[in-house]
Amino acid sequence: MTEIFSKLQMYFQFSFVYRALIVGTLIALCSSLLGVTLVLKRFSFIGDGLSHVAFGIMCIAAVLHFSNDMLLILPVTVLCAVLLLNRGQNSKLKGDASIALLSVSALAMGYLLMNIFSASANVSGDVCTTLFGSTSILTLTKTDVLLSTVLSVLVITIYVLFYHKIFAVTFDEAFAIGTGINVKSYNLMIAVVTAVIIVLAMKLVGSLLISALIIFPALSAMRVFKSYRAVIICSALLSVSCAFLGIIVAILFGTPVGSTIVGIDIFAFLIFSLIGVLKKC
Amino acid sequence: MTLLSCNDLSLGYDGRRLIENLSFQVNPGDYLYIIGENGSGKSTLIKTILTLISPISGEIRLGAGLSVKDIGYLPQKNDIQKDFPATVQEIVLSGCLNKRGIRPFYNKEEKQKAGNTMEKMSIRQLAKKSFLELSGGQQQRVLLSRALCAADKLLVLDEPVTGLDPRVTAEMYELIKSLNKDGLTIIMISHDIDAALKYASHILHIGENSYFFGTKEEYLHNPNAHAFCRFGKDAII
Repeated sequence: MTEIFSKLQMYFQFSFVYRALIVGTLIALCSSLLGVTLVLKRFSFIGDGLSHVAFGIMCIAAVLHFSNDMLLILPVTVLCAVLLLNRGQNSKLKGDASIALLSVSALAMGYLLMNIFSASANVSGDVCTTLFGSTSILTLTKTDVLLSTVLSVLVITIYVLFYHKIFAVTFDEAFAIGTGINVKSYNLMIAVVTAVIIVLAMKLVGSLLISALIIFPALSAMRVFKSYRAVIICSALLSVSCAFLGIIVAILFGTPVGSTIVGIDIFAFLIFSLIGVLKKC
Repeated sequence: MTLLSCNDLSLGYDGRRLIENLSFQVNPGDYLYIIGENGSGKSTLIKTILTLISPISGEIRLGAGLSVKDIGYLPQKNDIQKDFPATVQEIVLSGCLNKRGIRPFYNKEEKQKAGNTMEKMSIRQLAKKSFLELSGGQQQRVLLSRALCAADKLLVLDEPVTGLDPRVTAEMYELIKSLNKDGLTIIMISHDIDAALKYASHILHIGENSYFFGTKEEYLHNPNAHAFCRFGKDAII
């Protein structure tokens, strides 16, 4: 035990550990807030879809030698999110089908481009890093930290200010429109914020595991709590603790950050499910 | 002064026309029943009035100082509500949202108003309960309370008694009747002709190719309407 503590003490002298913890917990917080809304709106897979789109764009950016790929990834992902989330109920392609369509196409085309116009010697290594996030969270620069912090704070502020409206729009869109609430613009806002979070979260867990950050805290909280506010608060706290713990464990034992966080999220989900079952008895 | 008038309205969705050349008016204090077969376009009409769908042609005019923000709406239950974690209070309060503007949180008056409507629907004691744990009748009362928070002048109900047992249905009807007595204008979609004949002041019956609109008395004295009531199928009116 003392060995672990001294090891931790040693690691905490490095700034990359701080940076990873700050960015990791902030992103976990944002994704859990939005996660409740997305899960309830039946958009659990939006994280997967959008992150694959972001992966595709990232490949294009790499092929084109963009110095700052964020400038390309963020706007295009936002655009896709708006298209996916704002489709009318009468559209020919249903929500899940269009997400699946977009996500596989982006994934395939991205990988294809990376292979044909390869810029580096280790293509599969690069792809693996983008997909699973592996170590990029530990190589954050000061600018990354600043950008993530600003965007996270913005997302959290928006969420708090529009908390009740997001609730109303999620719970009953028909009622909201019928009583004169501008549902379209709130849906647009939710779509934009979702895209921003997903692009941020790619750094943390990579594009294959993003759904976990979005759905697990929300689902766990919904096993135990029955009021919207309690679910939101529990989901946020749970997500932050899991991300924090995950990063520490990953650093201590040298495991990949993304999958470690997701592993802890799964563990928490099982515990919460058990509590939920016991509570019903 | 009419509250709501629809002139020469044609409705439908997905390029399908359901209703053509429909005209009717609603005056303050009216209790209008909209009846008709499944698929005749009752819900589409309501959704068009509430601007969820735009009409193919014709116009809907709001009068007597009525704005969209004075309308309360009780929609049919959707899928999302089957596992949505929310307390009764959270849901009822969300009915006050449309008049709140950009202010991010509810104030005292709005909480008071929500409390009063819950009192009226006798669900005050359920305020902290989860919506999912309530019975069908209680859930409808919660959604009705929410609609009342939004409804200053007009209450629109889309088949509010679907899936309720006869006793709860009767209670629900009496509750709505008392709201109408208190001065609220009501538009209700229903299958229940008996209830329509008992409670309505006006009836809009949408048939396959035509429609009937008039007071309940006119409906009763219309031979074709009688045929419908007696044989229970969609006689052309």
